[in-house]
Amino acid sequence: MDFPILSTIIFLPLLGALFIFISNKKNESSSAIYISIFTSMANLLLTFFLWYSFDKSFAGFQFIEEKNWISGLIKFKLGIDGISILFIVLTAFITPICIVSCIISVKKRLNEFLIAILILETFMIGVFCSLDLIIFYLFFEAGLIPMFLIIGIWGGPRKIYSAYKFFLFTLLGSVLMLAAIIFIYWAVGTTDYTEIYKLKIAKEYQYLLWLAFFSSFAVKTPMWPVHTWLPDAHVEAPTAGSVILAAILLKMAGYGFLRFSLGMFPIASEFFTPLVFALSIIAIIYTSLVALMQDDMKKLIAYSSVAHMGFVTLGIFTFNKQGIEGSMFQMISHGIISAALFLCVGVLYDRTGSRMIKSFGGVVNYLPNFSLIFIIFVLGALGLPGTTGFIGEFLVLLGAFKINYLVAILASTGVVLCAAYMLWMAKRVVFGNTNNTIVTKLKDINYLEATILIALCLVSIIFGFYPEPLLDTMNISVNGIIQNHQNELTVNLINK
Amino acid sequence: MENINIIIPEITLFLGICLALMVGVFFRNSFSIVMKLSILILLGVIYLILTDWGGEQKIFLNSFKNDTFSDYFKILILVSSIFIFFSSDQFIKDKTLNKFEYPIIIMFSILGMFFMLSANDLILFYLGLELQSLALYVLASIDRDNTISSEAGIKYFVLSALSSGLLLYGCSLLYGFTGSTNFDEIGVSLITQNTGAIFAMVFILVGLAFKVSAVPFHMWTPDVYQGAPTSITNFFAVVPKAAGLAVIIRFMDLPFKNIIEEWQTIIIFISIASMILGSVAAIGQTNIKRLLAYSSISHMGYALAGVATGTVSGYTSTIIYITIYVVMNMGTFACLYLMKTEGKYSEKIEDLSGISKERPMLAFSFLILFFSLAGIPPLGGFFAKFFVFMSVIESEMYALAIIGLLTTVISAFYYLKVIKIIYFDDNKVKFDDVRNLSIKATIFLSCLFLSLYFISPSIIGSLLNELFI
Repeated sequence: MDFPILSTIIFLPLLGALFIFISNKKNESSSAIYISIFTSMANLLLTFFLWYSFDKSFAGFQFIEEKNWISGLIKFKLGIDGISILFIVLTAFITPICIVSCIISVKKRLNEFLIAILILETFMIGVFCSLDLIIFYLFFEAGLIPMFLIIGIWGGPRKIYSAYKFFLFTLLGSVLMLAAIIFIYWAVGTTDYTEIYKLKIAKEYQYLLWLAFFSSFAVKTPMWPVHTWLPDAHVEAPTAGSVILAAILLKMAGYGFLRFSLGMFPIASEFFTPLVFALSIIAIIYTSLVALMQDDMKKLIAYSSVAHMGFVTLGIFTFNKQGIEGSMFQMISHGIISAALFLCVGVLYDRTGSRMIKSFGGVVNYLPNFSLIFIIFVLGALGLPGTTGFIGEFLVLLGAFKINYLVAILASTGVVLCAAYMLWMAKRVVFGNTNNTIVTKLKDINYLEATILIALCLVSIIFGFYPEPLLDTMNISVNGIIQNHQNELTVNLINK
Repeated sequence: MENINIIIPEITLFLGICLALMVGVFFRNSFSIVMKLSILILLGVIYLILTDWGGEQKIFLNSFKNDTFSDYFKILILVSSIFIFFSSDQFIKDKTLNKFEYPIIIMFSILGMFFMLSANDLILFYLGLELQSLALYVLASIDRDNTISSEAGIKYFVLSALSSGLLLYGCSLLYGFTGSTNFDEIGVSLITQNTGAIFAMVFILVGLAFKVSAVPFHMWTPDVYQGAPTSITNFFAVVPKAAGLAVIIRFMDLPFKNIIEEWQTIIIFISIASMILGSVAAIGQTNIKRLLAYSSISHMGYALAGVATGTVSGYTSTIIYITIYVVMNMGTFACLYLMKTEGKYSEKIEDLSGISKERPMLAFSFLILFFSLAGIPPLGGFFAKFFVFMSVIESEMYALAIIGLLTTVISAFYYLKVIKIIYFDDNKVKFDDVRNLSIKATIFLSCLFLSLYFISPSIIGSLLNELFI
């Protein structure tokens, strides 16, 4: 038997959390800091090794691990393909950044925060590794507990309302998915994804099951009109919480659409495409307009997340190579850029205690280094060529133009609107006159903050100019998804 | 001579009770001796049951039956009772309830449950039920100088007597229409055309639903939970519920097996009503014992959803559910014994405000227990619900499954409320530092079980493999 590398990657952070829990002392967190940085970095190296040894020319799942779990019913099955590996690397990359940002800005109960983040990392990587629907659900839902606590304990003034809203919205969406998963078990005889992929689900069941999965993923994505939890959660969550939420938790839904909705219900996916397009277009245009009017920077970025995720869902449901690769790229790019933007807002918030756009102005005169990085990310978010944001949006629009001009044109307006709100915010925060004396006394970013921001910046620019490694990794798996989709549709057409 | 071996645990328990009673009467301040003796007796009975595990045997003209099913529930009852004895020791002394009758009455009610579980005959079943109920009436009002406790006892007595009356009426109708009191014979002669017997089934179900506090026969639960001393509430929440559900399964599986469609409708209704009322009514509660009362009502709803399928997998899922429910409640009530400020036990939820700073371990235990009660993965409570919904959907009862899953969202709201109070609010009350190993061990074991259950979720299921033939 091979070394179970996926289980190691999943459970290593949990082990780290356990160590912190055991060595927990009151008002003493240096050991916790070392343990958490060590485990998250070790995990990052392991995922790099995984990516390195990943076979890009193999279409199926790799590194498969299988154990009997619920005897006779369900197997504990893990495995990755070209799509999930990228999300695993993203998760492992974002987690140490979150931990560093916690160490900088969290003042109370740091140990517990670090435990929560490490446990959350376990659950997030678990989501992307699981090949069994029940295991997927288990990890998908379990992430709610640490995130609820992160928002509730370390959040802002309306933290309780936001934590509740986050938890109950997501849970409500997910219980329907649980019902659908159990139904699939009895209808197909297994919840093993690779088996279901081969056995196919009967056409008449697909529509309802698709809707049940959709209810869960739409809340998590979040799609209009169930996106309202996201701005609240983002605004009230601490910086590290916002980063994880934007960078990874939202991606679980995109991953879910790609893997499960498309893979298991191709006919229903085709059938419901107009619905997804309509909701995505509304999300792109409406939330961009809402973002224009925000005076809280975090809220603005949160609404821009909804708009960006609108591009993702749009791209996934184009069912062509450009569209799907574009949404994958968009998800990763959004994971990096929105994380960085939240960190930038966190930098300002730590120093002034305010996130309001109007309390800043002329920041560039006092924090030149910070302003440079901030502007790079703002440009990345609006899709400037040379950053990852451009490639994602460009590919999605390319895919959309292939199948529907109207949708593509409407979506393109989102790009313009995005530029409008992002640049307007940058103008009011970074440039202009300083009308707040506090800003004049601020210190520029310190070296820990610079490290994590520059790391994100480099990743965004490198992959912006040279996207090949990412596209290469996902290429065959994306082809597989499209191939399967078209085969199913042809079979369906012949049957008619 | 019939094989009397299979009734030895009951005989031992009875003789043990008599012995404990003698010790209690003849020694002064005998509470702690009787308590220790009772624990020893219960351990001995566990040993006796384990040595003669499984195998279906009947004696006394087929009126007493012993099989894996009854053995499993007997062990469950005994183990949870031992944990209750251990963890409530300190509480009883603080509340000056340390009279030697206390463990003895509990053991009498356990004896009654044993006969309920092993009964294969209406008469023996009713006798066991009454022995159990009489002991419970006394227990509810054992804090006799306290008006609320006495009120709880009276309420429970009056309502329970009424339900026992209905149940007895049902039993007599059943005898009248089928001509037998033996479960096997009733099972054969009870068919859909026998309208009178279906009336009898309804009466019996009403009586049993009362015992497990399912809606609409739940009215006593919040008052009794609140009024009775916490240790007794602990017993009420766990042991009679398990026994009651076991008896419901026994009735559905044996005498009523030919009229599935008739009783299914009733159980589905009771189950849905319990889930909805239990989740909605708990939202406004300020007393934690009242909250747990409503929570137990909704849990009974989920457990009954498994029974409602009328299939073996459904019954098994109910048994798994009740086992995990027992573990969760043992832990939660043990946490309540630690809610003590300046020597007084507190029951208000708001007193838990911000204890996560002063008492991180207690807060963390509450976290695991309440998320588990809410059924959030990867904790034990999720698997309990998961198995039930597995069997419900297997039986194609989609409406029941969807309503059940949606009510878990509603009930998550009030569990979250407690978590919110513990973790997000500011500290108000300072709890005493209770140094009691047995309480902490109970909490620890319960939390450990719930958080590690995901490693091997089929562990209870595999014990139950040969339960139904």
